[in-house]
Amino acid sequence: MQFLAVGKSVIRKEAWEKVTGQAKYTADISSPELLYGVIVTSTCAHGNIKQIDIETARSMPGVRAVITGDYYPILTGSVIKDRPPLASGKVRYYGEPVAVVVADTEAEAAAAALQVKVSYEELPTVNSPAEAIKANAPLLHEFVDQYQKSIPEVYPQANSNVVHHVKIRKGDLNKGWEDAEVVVEGSFTLPMSDHIAMETRNAMAHILSDGKIIIRTSSQAPFPVRKMISEQFGRDLGDVIVHVPLVGGAFGGKASVELEYLAVLASQAVGGRKVIISISREQDIASFPVKIALEARIKLGARRDGTLTAGEYTYLVGTGAYAESGPRMANAMAMSCTGPYKLDNVWCDALCVYTNHTYATAFRGFGHGSMTFAVERMMDKLAAALKMDPVQIRRKNAVKPGDTTPTQVELTESNLGNLQACIDKAETLINWEQGQVQYVGENKILARGVACFWKTSSSPTDALASAVVTFNSDGSANLQVGAVEIGPSTKTTLAQILAEKLSLDISRIHVEMEVDTGHSPHHWKTVASMSTFMVGRAVEEAADDALKQLLSLAAIAMVCAPEDLMVENGRIAYKDNPQEYIEFADIAHGYKHANGSTVGSQVIGRGSFVMPHLSPMDQETGKGKPGPYQTPGAQAVEVELNTADYTYRILKAVTVLDAGRVINPKAAQGLVMGAMSMGLGLATREELVFNQKQELSNTSLRTYKVMHIGQQPEYIVDWVETPNKAGPYGARGLAEHGILGIHAALLNALSKAAGVELDQLPVYAETIWKKVEEGRS
Amino acid sequence: MIPFDFSYYRPDSAGEAVALFQDLDAQGKKPLYYGGGTEIISMGRHNNVDTGAVIDIKSIPECGVQEFQDDSLVIGAGVTLTQIHEANLFPLLAQAGARVADHTTQNKITLGGNMCGSIVYRESLLPLLLTDCEVIIAGPGGNRNAPVNDIFDKQVQLNRGEVILQYRIPKSLVNSPHVHVKRTKSEKISYPLLTICALNSGQQVRFAFSGLCGYPFRSKEMEQALNDTSRPADERADHAISQLPEPMADNLESSAAYRQFVLKGSLVSILNELGG
Amino acid sequence: MLQMIDEGLIELNINGETRKVLVRPADTLLFALRERLGLTGAKPGCENGDCGACTILLDGWPVKSCLMLAVEAVGHQITTIEGLENPPIQQAFVEKFAFQCGYCTPGFIMNCQGLINNHPEADEATINEWLQSNICRCTSYQEITAAIKSVLQKNPA
Repeated sequence: MQFLAVGKSVIRKEAWEKVTGQAKYTADISSPELLYGVIVTSTCAHGNIKQIDIETARSMPGVRAVITGDYYPILTGSVIKDRPPLASGKVRYYGEPVAVVVADTEAEAAAAALQVKVSYEELPTVNSPAEAIKANAPLLHEFVDQYQKSIPEVYPQANSNVVHHVKIRKGDLNKGWEDAEVVVEGSFTLPMSDHIAMETRNAMAHILSDGKIIIRTSSQAPFPVRKMISEQFGRDLGDVIVHVPLVGGAFGGKASVELEYLAVLASQAVGGRKVIISISREQDIASFPVKIALEARIKLGARRDGTLTAGEYTYLVGTGAYAESGPRMANAMAMSCTGPYKLDNVWCDALCVYTNHTYATAFRGFGHGSMTFAVERMMDKLAAALKMDPVQIRRKNAVKPGDTTPTQVELTESNLGNLQACIDKAETLINWEQGQVQYVGENKILARGVACFWKTSSSPTDALASAVVTFNSDGSANLQVGAVEIGPSTKTTLAQILAEKLSLDISRIHVEMEVDTGHSPHHWKTVASMSTFMVGRAVEEAADDALKQLLSLAAIAMVCAPEDLMVENGRIAYKDNPQEYIEFADIAHGYKHANGSTVGSQVIGRGSFVMPHLSPMDQETGKGKPGPYQTPGAQAVEVELNTADYTYRILKAVTVLDAGRVINPKAAQGLVMGAMSMGLGLATREELVFNQKQELSNTSLRTYKVMHIGQQPEYIVDWVETPNKAGPYGARGLAEHGILGIHAALLNALSKAAGVELDQLPVYAETIWKKVEEGRS
Repeated sequence: MIPFDFSYYRPDSAGEAVALFQDLDAQGKKPLYYGGGTEIISMGRHNNVDTGAVIDIKSIPECGVQEFQDDSLVIGAGVTLTQIHEANLFPLLAQAGARVADHTTQNKITLGGNMCGSIVYRESLLPLLLTDCEVIIAGPGGNRNAPVNDIFDKQVQLNRGEVILQYRIPKSLVNSPHVHVKRTKSEKISYPLLTICALNSGQQVRFAFSGLCGYPFRSKEMEQALNDTSRPADERADHAISQLPEPMADNLESSAAYRQFVLKGSLVSILNELGG
Repeated sequence: MLQMIDEGLIELNINGETRKVLVRPADTLLFALRERLGLTGAKPGCENGDCGACTILLDGWPVKSCLMLAVEAVGHQITTIEGLENPPIQQAFVEKFAFQCGYCTPGFIMNCQGLINNHPEADEATINEWLQSNICRCTSYQEITAAIKSVLQKNPA
């Protein structure tokens, strides 16, 4: 099929704003009316607040208000309401917000914030997920079972640090062990890490005299912000207006409602005046949500020929001091727990537990990345035990149409895609035939590793997206959607879908970059690599609606039935005589007869989409349909290890994924490469380091390290395109997936090269050295 | 955002700077000399600097010099690491400076500032220690000259109100065979797990280190051990390591044990490269 | 001697214009540009000199405006992204898809422009050395490398 806009590397609509510095993000407006909020945070990881002295701060120059937890005591959380926006009674992590100072200038607010003195009675801390479930572990939340639930499917355990437990019970595990000829076990640890969106979180709020709350925020979730603020402050949804301009990166970290509460509270404390809270990088890392920690144990059974017979998975998800979306990520790990492999006998227990660390929220991959690390290291261990080739064992077990997921969803070619084909391509691209390990010089070993992944979304069963298309009198179209432009070129991709449907040149589609809940059509939130799919479907429907209107107007103008007409290049022509046509411009605002009388008026197309036939996971078995389709893929890494000092260099990184249909190839390639880069960062250097008192040691970008230029390998991205019948033009989500297995592929390669089992992240030269030394002694 | 206030002065001569310092000090302003200012600003953000006045030395003519004068290479304390790298008059210094922070920040960090700041690594100081260069200092009592190894011993040894104007580096050493090694935990732009500068003066190989202990240093004992040509390189390295001035650092960048492993490997390969 | 005792007006030369700016001596150049002049192309990403999002050119050389006092810039020529006149590097960033969220982009472009001005024949090692001063969290850097290389190769030199 010949496409006009789909499959083309269209330059993003906001490209020139972004390269000229004209692009405006939340904090890029200043105004004399603005007041500034600065947050005071906890210096204690677990403690009762004995006293907060705000008197000195309150009397400092320029200070308008100082608020603490008792100013407006509420509990918040998207799954379970366990978190006060400002600590109340006790603090549960180092960096927890305890007060906000509002002043005329940021410097005055910062100076006063230094004078807020808090004293604590220190309590024993929970230092890791494993410690959280020990008998007699200190409790972070004494009455976890009494918190109000935001969704019904969360199962906190009384008198424990377990806020959620999800189970998969599929098939007959005992039979699986009986059928197994080889059994392998492994344990894996991933630390917390941080999103490090380049734009630190910030939010602005003011309250009008009629009670309307106006918020401007850097968020992936304007509609949830509106909903939560309306609930917590007792307003109609329409009386909360959330503006989200361009967002400077998010990666899941801006999908929950955080700073918005504080901005509204701060504004309330100064009579509704406009307050901005722009946090520092240090607070962005230490005080606001990070990536979960994971401790995983996996036991696999297989026959000698490599066929998997049984899998038992335990995932301890460390969500830090508050649940936020941790329980949902436990669900996500459970529902995909096996990785993309056929397994009929599966047990999985995923527990979401509290620790005295910064709380966690969604992070690119939504639990799938952490889970995939464990699963894919395990597949290599199984291959080693069976003396099988790591690619071969994956190919043998790769999930196929007709198989079922751990939640017992039947897989089809459409909802699964073609993992086999991805493996084949990745194998070729990494030159697997040259062997997994090669000696390439004195102290130099070149090694290759592979990993596979699959991912679907964990959306609410009623997640919906809408789109509105309005026409201008010159025949061009405006597209409005509720998806935020956080970086992936979502709005341009959606414009391409619209251009294709309308058969209109992409330059004639105008997309509004800002989301304003007051007039933008609804969208669940910009997460889970679901925007192209969900909003794309809404855009298709809106386009169809508009086309119907255009055709009926054209039929009047051209004196025929709408069925006799077709749409081509922004015109409507007779099917049997395309030389005769009418321009969109002549009917977009109604058709004006020669005598001046006009029929019809502005063409406005509307479309909406709700996730089809999803169902929650059953509490006892996990049975259910949490997401609409899978995106599977295969990844590979080539690395050179220096055995003299155990430094290594990543030479090549490959991802092949089944994208269904690639709508914008260069944008999609960039997303996958960026995700790989982030995954290799997690593999090689990123971690939050807590000291003995559970204070975060690396809160700046000087000590929390991310990839810099010059250290990147050669990135190769390739596609398989098995149409997803439910997706726009067959598309599947792909924005997160490059991150999912790349760390496992790297560690599979490094483990082989060094002859040791590397089962925790990140891996420094020192980590390998230590393992080798342990092996020697 | 620096949450407190201070005054800013940019004097045009060393005399003016020193007099200003005394005056501000007498007023209780706790003045600081200000070079590139990168540390004062970043620590100021965290309220970790206590000052009411900064005295920017970058307009003092002597501080901006970078040229050969007679038998010396003279570099002003206000010369940036980038200017040193671009001129490349002392390649080892150029190299060491080019691994402090990152390139853009090197456009701001000055040679004097890197030595006198509070971040302990001071990696651009290492080549200076190796040359036994002379430091020209202005102070309330007038100018004085002193060997760099006296002016820096674990920390900067300056009297109150004194400011470094220049370094006079023996021209004979600037092109000596040398090696610069910087190892980090993982990311290249990072504090050092260790940094070693080594320079073959003709008589012996000199070594200066950063990242191993709480301060950068040059150790006569270690140099003696490393130059003991009667023993093979790896024994010399072991012996040198046993002479560390204080126990090996054990911190976020590396454990002491791994640091020792890396140090030994680095020393052996430097000895192989520079002879000695 | 230049001196500034407390908050007051200073004159800065920005993008070829002389601008009067009200600052405290302790205010950074980044603050002055953004909050006083509305030049928000320079972004705060860490305010600690670690990310490069606030990079501007000072006398033609890249400098992190968060690590410079506004008053320190008196007497120097400041160029911000708003002062660039359609240089090829912007086009290259667009063509090579060298950005996604765009937040780090002005800083990267200013650093690239500094490199192009000062070392039009920069090799790969020099490109890396310079651009390691900036962090991009969206791209893989491969795209940014491609963008700067395409401009350097087009240079007449």
